[in-house]
Amino acid sequence: MDESFAFFLTIAPTLLAAVPVTLSLTFFSALIGNTLAVPVAVASLSPNPLLRYPSAFYIFVMRGTPLLAQTYLIYYGLGELFPGTWVQQSFLWPYLRDGFWYAIFAFSLNTAGYTGEILRGAIMAVPKGEIEAARAYGFSKGLIFWRVTLPRAIQICLPTMTGETILLLKATSLASLITVWEVMGTARQIQKVTFRVYEPLIAAGILYIIMVFVLTRLMMLVERRINRHRLTPA
Amino acid sequence: MLKSFMKGAVVAASVVIATAAMAKDKIRVGISPEAYPPFTSLNAKNQWEGFEIDLLAALCKQMDADCKIVSIAWDGLIPALNGKKIDMIFNSMSITDERKKVIDFSDKYYNSPAEIIGTKDAANVTVVDNPDGKGGKIANPADLKGKTIGVQTATIHADYAAKYFKDATVKVYDTADNHNADLVAGRIDYALLDSVAADDFVKANAAKGVGAKLIVPADPIFGVGAGAGLRKNDAKLKDKINAAIKAVRASGEYDTIAKKYFSFNIYGD
Repeated sequence: MDESFAFFLTIAPTLLAAVPVTLSLTFFSALIGNTLAVPVAVASLSPNPLLRYPSAFYIFVMRGTPLLAQTYLIYYGLGELFPGTWVQQSFLWPYLRDGFWYAIFAFSLNTAGYTGEILRGAIMAVPKGEIEAARAYGFSKGLIFWRVTLPRAIQICLPTMTGETILLLKATSLASLITVWEVMGTARQIQKVTFRVYEPLIAAGILYIIMVFVLTRLMMLVERRINRHRLTPA
Repeated sequence: MLKSFMKGAVVAASVVIATAAMAKDKIRVGISPEAYPPFTSLNAKNQWEGFEIDLLAALCKQMDADCKIVSIAWDGLIPALNGKKIDMIFNSMSITDERKKVIDFSDKYYNSPAEIIGTKDAANVTVVDNPDGKGGKIANPADLKGKTIGVQTATIHADYAAKYFKDATVKVYDTADNHNADLVAGRIDYALLDSVAADDFVKANAAKGVGAKLIVPADPIFGVGAGAGLRKNDAKLKDKINAAIKAVRASGEYDTIAKKYFSFNIYGD
């Protein structure tokens, strides 16, 4: 046991160094993905079939295929297109060489599919009376959406979104497939180098639990803040 | 009555003798399903093929053993061996001190050099004296300064790059296939990998500008070659497999198999 503990200490710095990678992958993907989810949800509720069908198809594909396959296709698939093109001479190339941006791109698109569908349900669940009230006050359609429908929908689906973000945090472990060595990938690297099977996994598990705990707390604060008018004053 | 009894006994005895002769040693051999041609790969009919598969068959025949290949992911091979799910690893596993801490090895059964390959824009890499002053040679780190080099995680090539290419960006991939794909995509300038795998890849992708840049000189990091991985206390199997390797080397069977796959001396010197 003492030996195991000493081993934990030797691998801790390597694993901790990977925590910012996992966190930034999660943060940027959640930010971009959840923002993209708004147009996806709105389009899927649109009476216009040219908006509704592509959106439904997008959600279907994103939820219907493994994230692993999406990540791999985006990184190595796009990589096939670049050789010998202007892209390799462009100012963007240093970024396009880096797996990090592809990982964020893939995770964002995937998140947009999932939360888009959640947001669609939440928008439908906004009480009609509140929208009618806004209309009675003479709010324009756009104003109703930004000031009433969307904030209320977010309020409704926030607990589910927290769950989605936790899933996203853990899904970032796929990034090691495209050379982005986050916590889980680093743990697997340590496994291969030291031939210790369980300790790196346990250590990574502890780090994930801490990250998820902090994330849940933060989201709870956000929930409180958004729902502050509904809380009974203490 | 007595006669028929005797007859029955004779038949029973001969059956016992026959099964005793047929009861060969059973050896479960772990090989990763990740294709590693021309050493180990599964063909379209889901049959194993390659140099190591043929060599394994020859060794098992020599040992008069009944070998069964068990497909286990590369990361899981050593745990499976120590967990007694398999008895032997026969998967181009380099004999290293790190690995020797947890498993035992047979004598080497081949030793191929490492090679640096690169894109068409990448220059050839030269060789310089090893700065440790012990007389060895290494791939010139100055040639790789500022370049990006791909290696597979947890390989001797990753160790070599980490030790000598400090001024370069060493990008670590989960598989060699993936750094090869990124070499074609131009995301990395060079890749450091085993010469056998490199040769095949260069042949297949010469049209895309991929070329050999250097056969890397031997180095302690590269070790003595690949051996069969064995459990630490399994001296019996170790003696048998070492004897079998010697026998197929001496009989020329090894060279016959090697010639099918390689134009150079795969056994090393």
